Amino acid sequence: MNTPTTAARLMRPLPPLPGLDEALAQSIQGRSLWADARRRFLKNRAALASLVILGLIVLLCAFAALPSPHAFDDPDFENMHIAPELATAHWFGTDSLGRDLYVRTLLGGRISLMVGALGALVAVLIGTLYGATAGFLGGKTDSVMMRFLEILASFPVMFLVILLMTFFGRELWLIFLAIGAVSWLDMARIVRGQTLSLKRKEFVEAARVCGVSRWGIITRHIVPNVLGIVAVYATLLVPSMILFESFLSYLGLGVQEPMTSWGALLEQGAKAIEAAPWELAFPAGFLVTTLFCFNFIGDGLRDALDPKER
Amino acid sequence: MLKFIFRRLVLEALPTLLVLVTVTFFLIRLAPGGPFSTEAAMPPEVMAAVAAKYRLDQPVWQQYLGYLADLARGDFGPSFKYKDFTVNDLVWAAAPASFRLGLFAFVIAVIVGVAAGVTAALRQNTWIDYSVMGVAMIGVVLPNFVLAPALALVFAIWLKWLPAGGWEGGKLMYVVLPVAVLCQHYISVIARITRGSMIEVLGSPYIRTARAKGLPTGYILRRHALKPALLPVISYLGPAFVGIITGSVVVESFFGIPGIGQLFVNGALNRDYPMVLGLTILIGALTIFFNAVVDILYGVIDPRIRL
Repeated sequence: MNTPTTAARLMRPLPPLPGLDEALAQSIQGRSLWADARRRFLKNRAALASLVILGLIVLLCAFAALPSPHAFDDPDFENMHIAPELATAHWFGTDSLGRDLYVRTLLGGRISLMVGALGALVAVLIGTLYGATAGFLGGKTDSVMMRFLEILASFPVMFLVILLMTFFGRELWLIFLAIGAVSWLDMARIVRGQTLSLKRKEFVEAARVCGVSRWGIITRHIVPNVLGIVAVYATLLVPSMILFESFLSYLGLGVQEPMTSWGALLEQGAKAIEAAPWELAFPAGFLVTTLFCFNFIGDGLRDALDPKER
Repeated sequence: MLKFIFRRLVLEALPTLLVLVTVTFFLIRLAPGGPFSTEAAMPPEVMAAVAAKYRLDQPVWQQYLGYLADLARGDFGPSFKYKDFTVNDLVWAAAPASFRLGLFAFVIAVIVGVAAGVTAALRQNTWIDYSVMGVAMIGVVLPNFVLAPALALVFAIWLKWLPAGGWEGGKLMYVVLPVAVLCQHYISVIARITRGSMIEVLGSPYIRTARAKGLPTGYILRRHALKPALLPVISYLGPAFVGIITGSVVVESFFGIPGIGQLFVNGALNRDYPMVLGLTILIGALTIFFNAVVDILYGVIDPRIRL
């Protein structure tokens, strides 16, 4: 939340004269909220390590399928259901149709990460807009908007999404949209709360007294403060989006064959667990590692941006 | 207090339910080709039953009102997939297994979670605390569709202690693994919440006063600390309930339990529209009702909420 320290830090750039604004703003760049946050984040070993591992996973998913001689949907009839081996270049083994699991795991990762990022983006955009609007307008509009949000929040969203996918077909873009569209509620609530409390903060009043325009207050004081929280929750949203997609795909309701995602791979792996545990192990390893990384990064960001929120 | 209950149940829960029903009703009418057209050939008697049931020959507002009246009577219509059954028959047949599974998971999650959280709070910054919180961290992140096959591999296939699936009318042996998978996430979350709030409560002045009076620790915990420390846990019960219902979908599919979750997934995979629609509304109603109950419970414990 807003600590007195953040408030004080944001007080500093306020100029006594409008003309000094730019010069002062530049002279304190080195000690801005973001620089401080970066310093604190870099000290957090778990978060930093997670960032590196996550970067590796993203790079792997993006490029590492290239050296493999196999295509993701190409059955290798001589090597069905084999354990990982180097001779045939099936580095993670093959599935029951003889498709190469290494390529499929990385491709699945690409889909999962994409759904995670895009779903989170949709949720962040809707949530921030909705929350900021409610917070700024206040009054009757605010209470109606929040009531609507509460109603939505009391639905079991997973079932609604499955309902939508049943009636409208299982398209990939629909998954993005549906997942994002039901996940913005927390974001909206957080942004609204932030906006409401920021509106009444002393440093905002001080800025107003100094003659900073409404637009200036929003861009210089409200947005940077809200951005921190948004960044934290966006980071925490991505893994929940990935989980959401994996859940759908695991049930066979998400990504459809021959395309795949970590959830879809897990479903196949779970079926073949007795005969071929590696079919489960590799996608599960990637998925769980990714989830851990996002969680650590999110926690690290929260600590970095909100020193008091520990 | 009665006024509060009335307000929460009648003035808030009922309109919410109405919104849910209305939204689903109109959403599915936006579906391409009409809500009940499938590419799969439908037995003509089912198609006729559905057309009559959902009044597809009448104007939309009459469809809507008729639909509301049916729901008010608890009538969800015929199933597409099983042409001799209505959705109601199938749901009633599946409900006991899901109820048993969910109840066990919910109760165990609360009891074990609170116990672990309190223990960790009392032994703050010792190895007990660290190991409880470490396990909880893993439990929060690990999805149940990874845990289910992993536990089945270890306990059913390698050790052969428990069956890897099936239900057999809910014998204890068959319940253990599904319940463990279902409740682990909530144990972890509840433990984390309890630990945090317990540490905060234990640091507050009135607990120090009670200690200074020389009251025994157990008594302080039970009489003074537990109630305020459990408030955040109670507000988590609503989300936990939703999560356990959602999670039971995965658990029931994996372990082959003939419950509501499996009914729902099969309905969605087979495009059994009335089934999916009916279950969404039923589960929505359950959730809304449960959230209202949790709020009332919260109001009983914390009088400030009632205002």
